[in-house]
Amino acid sequence: MAYTKRVDGRGMDEVRKMEAKVGVIKRADGSALFKIGNTWAYAAVYGPRNLHPRFMQDPSKGVLRCFYNMMPFSSFNDRVRPGASRRSKEISLVTEKALLPVLNLEDYPNSVVDIFIELPLTEAGSRCAGICAASLALADAGLEMKDMVSAVSVGRVDDKIVVDLDYSEEAYEGGPVADIPVAMMPNLDKITLLQMDGEVTKEMLADALSKAKKVCKDIYEVQKAALKQKYPAEFAAE
Amino acid sequence: MNEELKNHVLGLLAQGTRLDGRKPLEYRQPIEVKKGYIPSADGSAYVRIGDTEVIAGIKLNVDKTYPDTPNEGGIMVGAELYPLASPDFETGPPSIQAVELARVVDRGIRESHAIDVEKLCITPGEKAWFVVLDICTINEGGNLFDASSLAALAALQNCTFPGFDGKKIDYKERTGKQLPMSKAPLSVTVYKIAEHFLTDPTFEEEKVYDARLSVAVEENGMLCALQKGGDSPLAPDDIMKMVDIAVEKTQDLRKLL
Repeated sequence: MAYTKRVDGRGMDEVRKMEAKVGVIKRADGSALFKIGNTWAYAAVYGPRNLHPRFMQDPSKGVLRCFYNMMPFSSFNDRVRPGASRRSKEISLVTEKALLPVLNLEDYPNSVVDIFIELPLTEAGSRCAGICAASLALADAGLEMKDMVSAVSVGRVDDKIVVDLDYSEEAYEGGPVADIPVAMMPNLDKITLLQMDGEVTKEMLADALSKAKKVCKDIYEVQKAALKQKYPAEFAAE
Repeated sequence: MNEELKNHVLGLLAQGTRLDGRKPLEYRQPIEVKKGYIPSADGSAYVRIGDTEVIAGIKLNVDKTYPDTPNEGGIMVGAELYPLASPDFETGPPSIQAVELARVVDRGIRESHAIDVEKLCITPGEKAWFVVLDICTINEGGNLFDASSLAALAALQNCTFPGFDGKKIDYKERTGKQLPMSKAPLSVTVYKIAEHFLTDPTFEEEKVYDARLSVAVEENGMLCALQKGGDSPLAPDDIMKMVDIAVEKTQDLRKLL
């Protein structure tokens, strides 16, 4: 049976409802909340600040550290045990690699930029929501950036390529499913995060990536609008 | 640096005011309580007091009963002081502050017998429901004790059972059946700086207090848990005054639930 209609009634190229806000954590240097459907991500940036212990410092450039964490009650399934898991450590790592290309860490020798991502509610696409929030938080912190980073999960559900899979689609049992989280620098047209689990043909991958590119531009507009709301003067010249 | 801050705070208190212009026993306003904030939780609440924001969420879980209480379920409270919320919080296992916060909230609920734990039992000596309540800090602006206690109680009052077929929990299925709660314990922490008492401190005021007393109070005024904190001792008279303040303040906060 072909996948003709999405479980929640969205169009194949339609993302869930998005909402973004910057400056939500008072004591952070930069922060943001990014919501996409029932996936909510807070991100806070602290730094550039001194890095301790000192042997971890790099005199040639600053260090970026990311911490991804799901709150214990954030899943629609069992409670998530507090503390780092293999999954959360890997997501922290790929999040860091997704954000690195937009930063000029050479400007902050011996320092660290810490990004903390906390998810109070998750229903698929949480690493992508985390990256969208983190990118906004970096901009809010006033760090020089080459571009934003926008991220979305695309993929295959049975015979269709869809964008922004939700939990019911990740768990779809009527046919093969592939989940492909993608992060992009929307203006520079470069991919900074790419993962996949599931089987696809080369043609499906190409189609999925082109859809991801289009959706990342839409997400970028949502991110830009959130920044514009807090910094109208900086956008006035545009 | 804290010495200067303390002198400044004391100077203001002598004039009956505080860093943000409040009176010593005045709470920041508005105080927001949103029950059912997290759709994935069995019970949840968001609480904001000033800049401080916490989310409490409950996941109900079926587990083996304890050998010494074969007819009872139970409750566990955890507190997460995320480094997202404050530059003073660090990554890693729960700090001693997080452990104390969780235990103070836990004790108020446990010792008041607010939850009828016998009604949580499914099969005596085998299976029972366990209430796992986590308090997560989003913004640390001071007075996490009161915000956490308020969020915990609101989440418990909001909590309903998921479906359970005797073997597996179906969290998507909502039975609408509420937790067996008979009381509403709420804790207020009163701070003492020199001879002054204050409530609802900001994080700056929390750096310079001498002693604090957390008082958990039931709705009929019965006290159900206490915790003294801080480096300085308290006189018995101080304690009675602080208890009076806490009882009065819990009555105010209770109106928000």
